[in-house]
Amino acid sequence: MKTVRIIPRLDIKGPNLVKGIHLEGLRVLGRPADFAQYYYNQGADEIVFMDVVASLYERNGLQEIVKETAKSIFIPITVGGGIRTLQDITTMLKAGADKVSINTAAIKNPQFIKEASREFGSSTIVVAIEAIKDGDQYFAFTDNGREYTGVEVVEWAKKVEDLGAGEIILTSVDYEGTGKGFDQRLIQQVADGISIPLIVHGGAGSIEDVENLLFNGSTDAVCLASVLHYDAIKHLRSDMNDRAEGNIDFLLSGRSFMKFKPFNLVELKEHLHTNNIYCR
Amino acid sequence: MKKSVVIIDYGLGNIYSIDQACRHVGYTPILTSDKDEILGADSVILPGVGAFPVAMERLKSKGLTEVVKTYAAQEKPLMGVCLGMQLLLNTSEEFGECEGLGIIEGNVKRFPKVWKDNKLKIPHIGWNKIFTRQEPLAGGPFDDILNDLFMYFVHSYYVETDSEENVLTYTYYEDFKFCSAIQKKNIFGFQFHPEKSGEQGLSLYEKFLSI
Repeated sequence: MKTVRIIPRLDIKGPNLVKGIHLEGLRVLGRPADFAQYYYNQGADEIVFMDVVASLYERNGLQEIVKETAKSIFIPITVGGGIRTLQDITTMLKAGADKVSINTAAIKNPQFIKEASREFGSSTIVVAIEAIKDGDQYFAFTDNGREYTGVEVVEWAKKVEDLGAGEIILTSVDYEGTGKGFDQRLIQQVADGISIPLIVHGGAGSIEDVENLLFNGSTDAVCLASVLHYDAIKHLRSDMNDRAEGNIDFLLSGRSFMKFKPFNLVELKEHLHTNNIYCR
Repeated sequence: MKKSVVIIDYGLGNIYSIDQACRHVGYTPILTSDKDEILGADSVILPGVGAFPVAMERLKSKGLTEVVKTYAAQEKPLMGVCLGMQLLLNTSEEFGECEGLGIIEGNVKRFPKVWKDNKLKIPHIGWNKIFTRQEPLAGGPFDDILNDLFMYFVHSYYVETDSEENVLTYTYYEDFKFCSAIQKKNIFGFQFHPEKSGEQGLSLYEKFLSI
């Protein structure tokens, strides 16, 4: 029996959980540890932390957040954003991460994937691919969707598998944060090209979107951000208002919810089971 | 007196998470590669993430292979997690044949790429259920809890024991059945990561540390 994984993705800027659209226009939602704990309690299968400005500033500030989280959350934690040396990986693993996600450094130096997977094992190394459509093809971007690389996505996915990556997180930048559903064509092309697990991110607006994505079986896991955060924020809000840097009112005003039908993890898993898609 | 728990630190494995799991269930482990501390412990955990030959090499270079074997021979509780479980066997076929600790008879093999016409994605990553072996187990500490539970797996290789008696649980990856936990007296091995398997996983730490 195949089981799929549901993975909340927390984009981090400084000490805050943020969320944008097309990976841009970031707004503060609250304290990452609060959201992580909330999702853990609801049965999240893993957690992904992504420092979304790390590559820009050549640093990763996640260490403290990971350390705090790993004390009370006993599921796998993946950390990404600005990971560029073996030492960076060691630092994150020591802080309590189980896997690291690498994008920019892998594109700049593909051999880094090989070195990292040899040192830490393939299953520790996740390669993040940020895809943007151009004509009929998809190209990989770096620096959280800001930098064009000219690297074609399917070829790149095959190459990172050969180099020893254990998983791929595929983000459709075009769909990310929009809630209009997943880019099935992109996902199918990548899934057909690789034989390592594929985690899909970017586009979920409703429970049905997730069901449609997972039903055909080529996706092993899904990363969800906005659609879970917009639900979680309603429950965590009173606690957060004191600390967050504002913007929550904007999010709750309705404009950002246009395409979203937020849900929580318990509802999602019940829905998937009812439709014969199995997960924990 | 509080029980002394050692997590063997040989530079590999998610030691931080295992440490946190032990603390969560009320123990304060010592992270060490010191021979005397290991041999004197009441419970020892052997972690491991990465490649089998690299791990064996590290254990050897720290002079720990004989220490682990000596500890195991005392029949005090020992728990191998993930690669730490695989190291307990005789050999692994990861990067050619490589010799393990030989504490439990059997070998470590790579998942087949295709099984019953289905492509198996490798590594196997995700939550799968563990099921106890059919026959009732002879009064082991995990007998009452190790059935029908979701645990988190991350691995490309699996364990095949020579004797069915050493199999504690089975798991199915798609349709491929493999041994997901082993036991020989007070020596246990878990292919999954109990420290990453939520509250149910933590309960295994609680049980193990109370032996």
